[in-house]
Amino acid sequence: MTNQLMLSNVADNLYWMSRYLERAEHTARLLIVNLNISLDMLPANAQLQWARLFKALNVPVPEGDIDDFAAMEILTFDRENSNSILSCIMSARENARQVRAQISSEMWEHLNEMFLNIKSTSLEKIWNAGPFTFLREIRNGSHMFEGITDSTMNHGEGWHFIQVGRFIERANGIANLLAVHSDVLEDQNADLDNEQYLELLAVLKSCTAFEAYCKIYTAAFKRERITELLLLNPEFPHSIRFAIDCVQSALDNIAEATDKRKTIRTNRLVGRLKAELSFDMIDDVISYDLGNYLNGIRQKCAEIHSSVNETYIAYPVQSALVF
Amino acid sequence: MVQLQSQSQSDDSTQKKFSSYTLSKAYDEMFEGMLKPRGHYAPLYHRLTELPFDELQRRQQAADVDFLNQGITFTVYGEDEGTERIIPYDLLPRIITAPEWDKVERGLKQRITALNFFLEDIYHNAHILKDKVVPQDLIFTCKHYRREMRGVRVPRNIYVSVVGTDLIRMPDGEFAVLEDNLRVPSGVSYMLANRQVMKRVFPRLFSDYGVRSVDNYGQALLSTLQALAPPGNSDPNIVVLTPGVFNSAYFEHAFLARLMGVQLVEGRDLLVHDSVVYMRTTAGLKRVDVIYRRVDDDFMDPMAFRKDSSLGVTGLFNSYRSGNVALANAIGTGVADDKAVYAYVPQIIRYYMDQDPILDNIETYLMENAKQRDHALNNLDKLVVKAVGESGGYGMLVGPHSSKKEQEQFKRAIIANPRNFIAQPTISLSQAPCFVNNQVEARHIDLRPYILNSGNDVTIVPGGLTRVALRRGSLVVNSSQGGGSKDTWVLYD
Repeated sequence: MTNQLMLSNVADNLYWMSRYLERAEHTARLLIVNLNISLDMLPANAQLQWARLFKALNVPVPEGDIDDFAAMEILTFDRENSNSILSCIMSARENARQVRAQISSEMWEHLNEMFLNIKSTSLEKIWNAGPFTFLREIRNGSHMFEGITDSTMNHGEGWHFIQVGRFIERANGIANLLAVHSDVLEDQNADLDNEQYLELLAVLKSCTAFEAYCKIYTAAFKRERITELLLLNPEFPHSIRFAIDCVQSALDNIAEATDKRKTIRTNRLVGRLKAELSFDMIDDVISYDLGNYLNGIRQKCAEIHSSVNETYIAYPVQSALVF
Repeated sequence: MVQLQSQSQSDDSTQKKFSSYTLSKAYDEMFEGMLKPRGHYAPLYHRLTELPFDELQRRQQAADVDFLNQGITFTVYGEDEGTERIIPYDLLPRIITAPEWDKVERGLKQRITALNFFLEDIYHNAHILKDKVVPQDLIFTCKHYRREMRGVRVPRNIYVSVVGTDLIRMPDGEFAVLEDNLRVPSGVSYMLANRQVMKRVFPRLFSDYGVRSVDNYGQALLSTLQALAPPGNSDPNIVVLTPGVFNSAYFEHAFLARLMGVQLVEGRDLLVHDSVVYMRTTAGLKRVDVIYRRVDDDFMDPMAFRKDSSLGVTGLFNSYRSGNVALANAIGTGVADDKAVYAYVPQIIRYYMDQDPILDNIETYLMENAKQRDHALNNLDKLVVKAVGESGGYGMLVGPHSSKKEQEQFKRAIIANPRNFIAQPTISLSQAPCFVNNQVEARHIDLRPYILNSGNDVTIVPGGLTRVALRRGSLVVNSSQGGGSKDTWVLYD
């Protein structure tokens, strides 16, 4: 019985470990795409693209002209930026270290290796050869961590907290990204100019969605189809709906494992969001106001996050003397 | 055992590998004469002569990477965060024969049993003090004596559940006890990890030797802790309490929790309500029955002990005193760790066991005794001086390796507070072959076996942590002072 119980702090650490890794991977992925796309863009627009990228990653945009190295430094190795890849990997590892006894050795060793690798390098060292290799390592390392987690850890309560962390972070990240590009996504003009085309291509690739898009809709770009794929598609793993479905299912499992009644607030909140995403039609969303809609999603993600915290982690003692 | 093999073809490289190996007045674990290995070391010696240099180097590197990637590290105090080091690992095993181990085992059982009687006695009837076998003042002035524990009954009178006694081998080849470590001894995870790595590094040699297994430590520790649970509770909730990830032994705390399949908790995971200890889980609060605590007495409960402790649990001591929770080890065991009390352990053994001690003590001068103090002060350059309440190699003067200035400092400190110090002759710890600087060189070592006391039974896993003073000539083996470790092989026969 003892082993079935999970310490509140452990749940918290697993949740954050997973969120930080997802964030590192998201950042690496966006950077890879941005580096590629900016090669094809006019220099002025490349500047704009950096600014958008910072916004999409929720990092304050530096003032004045951003040179590639400085921008890259802030997003990769800057310890001052708590969302830089290095900071995220360090936080993820620190969280994992706190729960060394609860995760599998394989998970710990992999994450520790990622940490040691990133600690042993710097942007200066990789700049001349190009940061692609490094960014790919982060992306692949994070994917590998997911795989290792799935195949070496019990799919019990802890694993479900990992899922909640990963997919809340993902839903939030995609919502941020779409919000930054909502102008071009909402534009009523059917034709796309070259810059707009490149921007939408970047959005799709940032969500590893280009191939998926072509399979479903062919390579002809339509703004509302792109939005539909990334917002409402039930099968594509980098759509908001897919992410929220995963959060919902993980929270259901956690409620069951902890004997909490399913009607608790957390499950109602995520259930409602899931329902919205499954029943809303893309035309309604766009005619309503995409920016506002995405804001609503981000806010609901934040509410789910706080509710998880209040239900499982920082609850008052009086309410919990159950056994 | 492995057949002795002809060494004619490898004479050259043997010369080279051992060219810096010197024998001294210390006992040498491997050699009885220059390049003349003792019987039980011969197979290792011959394996070493066969193995090419770069092969040894390669194995050493593989072992180091293994440790680092497994995160088997300790944190170094006072340096930048993220300063984690592996304990330097030496490739060459330390080998102990069955008869040698037999004596160590009997000696430790006798000693732990006696010390447990002693602790029970001094916190209750204090017969040994009334009989003046141990001076009463000595006990009451111990830094680690806990007045709060007087009259407190601990489960099944088990004060020390887990012990890591430090043994050294004297120049005559006999093992002697250097320190008892009855509080929160660490290092057992290295013993287990060393063994894992060693099996990969020297698989053939290992299986040829017939080495006794240490793998059941986790289970043995678990049953030792279960023995402390309230009678009738068949499924006690046992937890390991750690000071947290910044503690230098955190890796070990997590490792042991995982090995036993119990929760690893920090103070913030526990709370006391109505004198019962609970842990905070996602499903609500769960009662805790036994705590294997790796937190010092001082930090256990800010209400009872140090007010500034943020590592402990408020109200824990009250719950403990009411018998609602068991602790391993009990509060107040450090009194028997006091280095001045150590001097009395042979008398303690005779008093409770009516037997002569099987393992020797190191001769110890008590600085409160004027005659012994004068002798020590006049010979500081030859003696080791230790602060009585310290451990981990801190607060220590190694006379022959110290400067006049350091000696003066200790002299003043001793005169100012004689109760706080003891002195011992500088013992040459035994030396063993180590792979350093791409050669096989002799380094001083000690031995810390891990002893588990479950009341009816004292068990010792056959092995322990052999610590190595990696600097040539150094006698300090503590990991915090640049020591390393090696695997310890106890043979079947």
